[in-house]
Order: sequence, then structure tokens, then C-alpha cells
Amino acid sequence: MGDEHNVSGLLAGKRLLIAGILTDQSIAFSAAKIAQEEGAELVLTGYGRLSLVERIAKRLPKPVGDIIELDVTNPEHLDGLADRVREQVDGLDGVVHSIAFGPQSVMGGEFLNAKWDDVSTALQISTFSYQALAMACLPLMRPGGSIVGLTFDATTAWPVYDWMGVAKAGLESASRYLAMHLGKQGIRSNLVSAGPLRTMAAKSIPGFVEFEDAWQARAPLGWSLTDLEPAGRAICALLSDWFPATTGEVVHVDGGYHAVGA
Amino acid sequence: MANRDEIRSGLADILEEVAGVDKADVADEKSFTDELDVDSLSMVEVVVAAEEKFGVKIPDDEVPNLKTVGDAVSYIEKNAA
Ligand SMILES: NC(=O)c1ccc[n+]([C@@H]2O[C@H](COP(=O)([O-])OP(=O)(O)OC[C@H]3O[C@@H](n4cnc5c(N)ncnc54)[C@H](O)[C@@H]3O)[C@@H](O)[C@H]2O)c1
Repeated sequence: MGDEHNVSGLLAGKRLLIAGILTDQSIAFSAAKIAQEEGAELVLTGYGRLSLVERIAKRLPKPVGDIIELDVTNPEHLDGLADRVREQVDGLDGVVHSIAFGPQSVMGGEFLNAKWDDVSTALQISTFSYQALAMACLPLMRPGGSIVGLTFDATTAWPVYDWMGVAKAGLESASRYLAMHLGKQGIRSNLVSAGPLRTMAAKSIPGFVEFEDAWQARAPLGWSLTDLEPAGRAICALLSDWFPATTGEVVHVDGGYHAVGA
Repeated sequence: MANRDEIRSGLADILEEVAGVDKADVADEKSFTDELDVDSLSMVEVVVAAEEKFGVKIPDDEVPNLKTVGDAVSYIEKNAA
């Protein structure tokens, strides 16, 4: 695994765009690392601190091209994305959306007090951007293409997750609609529903420790808060040719937590 | 291996590049967040850059203990390869 001549990996020859690497604890970083080990060629986008993303990208097993700046709320970035990607690869076989953001005021128990301005930010970056990123990449995609996003199980209400939970419920629905609308073109859309992981995004949620304790106590398989590999592997599996008839699906990578009541 | 002065001056270079801190302000007793105004994401990048520069691994759990420049210098001094 992991050398230039690898032609037998799960993702051999696949060209993937991965959006959402911030640190080496990002879920997207794990997906990127495993994808390279499995033979994929990557195009990375970054938001905000591009210099940090560049440093982190150097920790991947293989070199990547220039990090493309992508703020999913910036229409110019979205409109220009396909051309920027074309400077590095001539098409895309897969896209990973590992992006979410909510102002502090919409989380941490503030559900009843949150204001629309802040809620709309959370929804734009965490929900609508899934469609926006998919559409920005669509000109480069062909039948067999796969789009994968990240959710946190939105079928129930959680303590402290508040409007981010609403945003994730929207994301889960948006993925089904994307699956419906892009199915004709042979393009799949699926989500990985991960258990709690100590990433930058998670650390910014006040009271996140409540999830951590619940998972460690209840998940049938147990749960590591720092092991990103299970999520990374599932993302890669969904990007691969091994789920050819699966779309609009949510795959739980949560140690089985969702399956048990107490 | 580098001595404390070398580590401190290497850190000052990183702090200037990553967080726009004036090198002259970098001293052992200065706190990253309160006195040097390094926000949490900048701190992440300072850590990543320091790991590269000094060949150390600074685990996530360790970062909250590095409150001042002196804390970081000591950690690097002790753990650098
Ligand atoms: N960490 C968890 O416990 C957990 C659990 C389930 C799902 N998820 C989901 O996984 C995904 C990745 O998060 P993570 O936990 O790896 O944290 P992370 O902080 O490493 O990643 C979040 C990413 O979102 C990006 N982002 C924020 N605003 C953006 C914008 N306007 N434009 C473009 N990018 C923007 C950030 O730059 C960062 O790269 C998110 O969708 C998150 O909700 C996380």
C-alpha cells in the first residue's frame, strides 16, 4: 500500500475532491490519508486558515496539488471551483463534503433563544452547502461518481446540539434529494453518520462531553473519541465501486450506538 | 539539540509568521492567549509549525498545558528528538 505504482487499491485511479481538512484530527484528513493509501488522486479544498491546511496536507502519505480556497458561502469560489479543479485533474470520480459550522448562539442549549441570522448561517454552511458543492463539482462528474457527506444522527434530539441537529436533519434530507435528482446521471449521494470525535468542530460545541460519555457507556462495539479511521474507511468505501446500487443512504459509523435504546 | 534561547527565538519566528505577534514581545512569562492574543486556531497552527521545526510531537491533550511561551519552550526542550 501507499506507493506510486499502487493499482490494486480500493480507490485505484479515482480522482477525488476532498473538502473539510483543517487539522490532522479532521475526519476529512483521515479519509484523505486512507484514499491515498488506496490509490486515489486527491484535490483538496480549504477554508479560512489555508496556511494551516497546507501544513497539514504535507502530513499526507503523498504530495497533493495546491489547496484550492473554498468558502461554501462564497458564490465566486463555488462558480470558479470546476475550473480550479481542472488545473489539477481532468475529471472527478468522487467528492467528500466534510463541512459544518454553527455560531455558538445556536448550540449548547440555546435552541429556544437562537436568532434567524445565526441559524441561517448554520443552515447555509452545514446543509445547503451539500447541494452547492455537489453542483459546483457536477460538470466534472460522470456515471459511477459518488458524493459523500458527514452527519451526526439527526433522527432524535440531542442535548446541546440544538440547531446543528436541525441542520443535520436537513442535510440527511438534502442527501436523499440529491440522490433522487442525480440518480439519472448515475451519481450516488450517501452520508456517514459518525459518533462523537474530538475534532476542532466538536471542541467548539459547548457541552460536547455529554455525547462522549453516552457513547462510551452505550455503544455495543465501544467507541474511541480520537480514532478517525472508522469514519475515514467508511467514506472511502462509499466512494469506491463496492456500493454501486446504494444511494440516499446513511451509514452509521458509531459503534452501533444508534441501534440500542439504553 | 537546541537550547532554550534557540527554541524561544524559533518560536518567536513561528508566532510572527502564523499569528502576527511582534517578536520583541515573545518572552517566557507571556501567555499565548491573554498577552500575545493568539486565538485557538492560530494556536493549532503554531503547534503544527513547532512540531515541524523542532521535530517534536505535541499531543492535543498537552496543548492546554502550554499556557505561556516558557511552558512551550520547556516542553520542546524536554521532548525534542
Ligand atoms: N466530530 C464529530 O464528533 C462529528 C460527528 C459526526 C459528524 N461530524 C461532521 O463531520 C464533518 C467534519 O467535521 P470534523 O468533525 O472533521 O471537524 P473539523 O473542524 O476538522 O472540520 C470542519 C470543517 O468545516 C470547514 N468549514 C467551516 N466553515 C466553512 C465554510 N464556510 N466553507 C468551507 N468550509 C468550512 C472547516 O474549515 C473545517 O475544515 C462535519 O460535517 C461535522 O458535522 C462530526
